[in-house]
Amino acid sequence: MNRIEERFARLKKEGQKGFIVYIGAGDPSLEMTRRLALVFDKMGVDILELGVPFSDPLADGLVNQLAAQRGLESGTTPAKVLQTVAAIRLESQIPIVLYIYFNLMHRRGLEPFVREAAAAGVDGLLALDLPPEESGNYEALMARAGMSVIYLVAPTTPESRMELIVRHGRGFIYYVSREGVTGMQKSVSETIGAMTAKIRAHTDLPIAVGFGISTPEQARMVALNADAVVVGSAVVHQIAEHGRCADLPERVAAFTGALLKPVKDKSSL
Amino acid sequence: MNATITDSVPDAQGHFGPYGGRFVPETLMFPLQQLEEEYFRAQQDPEFQQELSYYLRHFVGRPSPLYLAARLTRELGGPRIYLKREDLLHTGAHKINNAMGQILLARRMGKTRIIAETGAGQHGVATATVAAMFGLQCVIYMGEVDCRRQELNVFRMKMLGAEVVSVTAGQKTLKEAVNEAMRDWVTNVRHTHYILGTAYGAHPYPVMVRNFQRIIGDEARRQILEQEERLPDLLVACVGGGSNAIGLFFPFLQDASVQMLGVEAGGEGIIPERHAARFQGGSLGVLQGTRSYILQDENGQIQLTHSVSAGLDYAAVGPEHAWLRDQGRVQYGYATDDQALAAFSKLARLEGIIPALESAHAIAAVMEQAPKMAKDQLIIVNLSGRGDKDVAQVAERMRL
Repeated sequence: MNRIEERFARLKKEGQKGFIVYIGAGDPSLEMTRRLALVFDKMGVDILELGVPFSDPLADGLVNQLAAQRGLESGTTPAKVLQTVAAIRLESQIPIVLYIYFNLMHRRGLEPFVREAAAAGVDGLLALDLPPEESGNYEALMARAGMSVIYLVAPTTPESRMELIVRHGRGFIYYVSREGVTGMQKSVSETIGAMTAKIRAHTDLPIAVGFGISTPEQARMVALNADAVVVGSAVVHQIAEHGRCADLPERVAAFTGALLKPVKDKSSL
Repeated sequence: MNATITDSVPDAQGHFGPYGGRFVPETLMFPLQQLEEEYFRAQQDPEFQQELSYYLRHFVGRPSPLYLAARLTRELGGPRIYLKREDLLHTGAHKINNAMGQILLARRMGKTRIIAETGAGQHGVATATVAAMFGLQCVIYMGEVDCRRQELNVFRMKMLGAEVVSVTAGQKTLKEAVNEAMRDWVTNVRHTHYILGTAYGAHPYPVMVRNFQRIIGDEARRQILEQEERLPDLLVACVGGGSNAIGLFFPFLQDASVQMLGVEAGGEGIIPERHAARFQGGSLGVLQGTRSYILQDENGQIQLTHSVSAGLDYAAVGPEHAWLRDQGRVQYGYATDDQALAAFSKLARLEGIIPALESAHAIAAVMEQAPKMAKDQLIIVNLSGRGDKDVAQVAERMRL
């Protein structure tokens, strides 16, 4: 069992829901990424999802595009993100997933990239433009390295494809709760319950739900149907707003804590 | 050339050897499968083919002439040079062949909204045109820099009722327009069809666009056999994503005696970030849905590109071209900005035809190749578009 699987096993045993935070690596600096990771771990975030900045993030909305741009401007490369993960590992065992565009892995070479990511202490990869059909030996390499291959399920995914995806996925299934790019939404989709139920019919893997969750009430609603709630753009937006403030970690912690609380509060679910 | 060169590719998943495929976020996987099924069903449907040929003939103006450029031929002192006159089509470029095919497909699928990316604006104009013709809502994504340098086409799209979204991310050209179109598509995929304009992107786009454009080569092959009673020795076309080139080349692939030359944008020379010649400075990568040659740095970030021609100013090349290059079936060279501008003027003055700057790259290559060839040989060059859109930009450069 890797850190992701251990964490979900523990959550299940305790009857708890998971809380996953996404931030862009290197936004505004890799040192800040390291500090934020430690803050998230301390406040009870279950999994940290680190976006590796890419020049052409076509699945991302404006908030995360700008975060990637800031990441690139701070000199962030895939190799430096792995160094940062290794630095986090000196002080924390928080499970870490890299959210990454496939070309960045492809350029390094799949085999060395997977090996180096595992050595740095990464637990899973979410290559968002690499569907199971194109995965080749990726899944075998990941299994050998002890890392989880995270796949997405979308509202447009029919049941026949769900079956295929859950067969290939490891660690957890990431349900994208709406059609579109990443970004904050005024309301969460009403189809989450029905879709997560369909996914559950095909797998025992935990289901994380994300894309667009930005308020405590939305987080609570999503937690009713999910094993874990993912918040991304809303936190990234806080970093964008307060990136230059000396007390950025405290501000981000306060904001994130308000989203985490209803997810962890069993009486509210 | 053996028969397997075209029969074996793409495979059922859209791979041309190691190139092509479908590398997209999960939200688009099923819609692409549906598009693929619907496209191949339409392709086999005589009614669809009949409807398409009707509009290509009566609305688009096909067949386009194959014209002997007599003065250019004499000037260069080599083989007879024929121009495939895609510039004479309605809207002024080959792009309408594909836009027409895809809009009929979109109608079959019951889509009510059309989106497209555009670089030079020719694909945007073609898409806006067919959308107007069938009364469908239309949004065109175009880089801010391209909106400026191809302003005429922005006006045309707006007059045709399309909304033109100026994209301000990155280097503000074609690549960013594609990113933005894909973001729109991922958000609105249930009722929106994305008319991708070149032989690029996730399967089935490269094969579908090629098949809608192969009419260029099918006609040219028939016309040259009529006019010269033999096949040409060399085909020449410019290559951005590569749709006009693959359209001309594809029907000749089995004709072993026919050589082919694709011409990329050499910009200011093969210096990183100053050109768009993927086969010169590029490497294998995955961008915007497919695996092919792309211009990228050592970390896999996509590099900046440059070309005087907005339509060729793109960091990646269609996967089938990468495969044909590996097979040694097609050669790829490049023309610089200066060579393209010289060819632009030459064709205008010698033949009375102002070419698009994209097509001027192909003319530039002909000017280089023709003097090395024998007088009894034949060249067909694809004049993929006309240059009205480039007049202001070139006038400025020439200080007219």
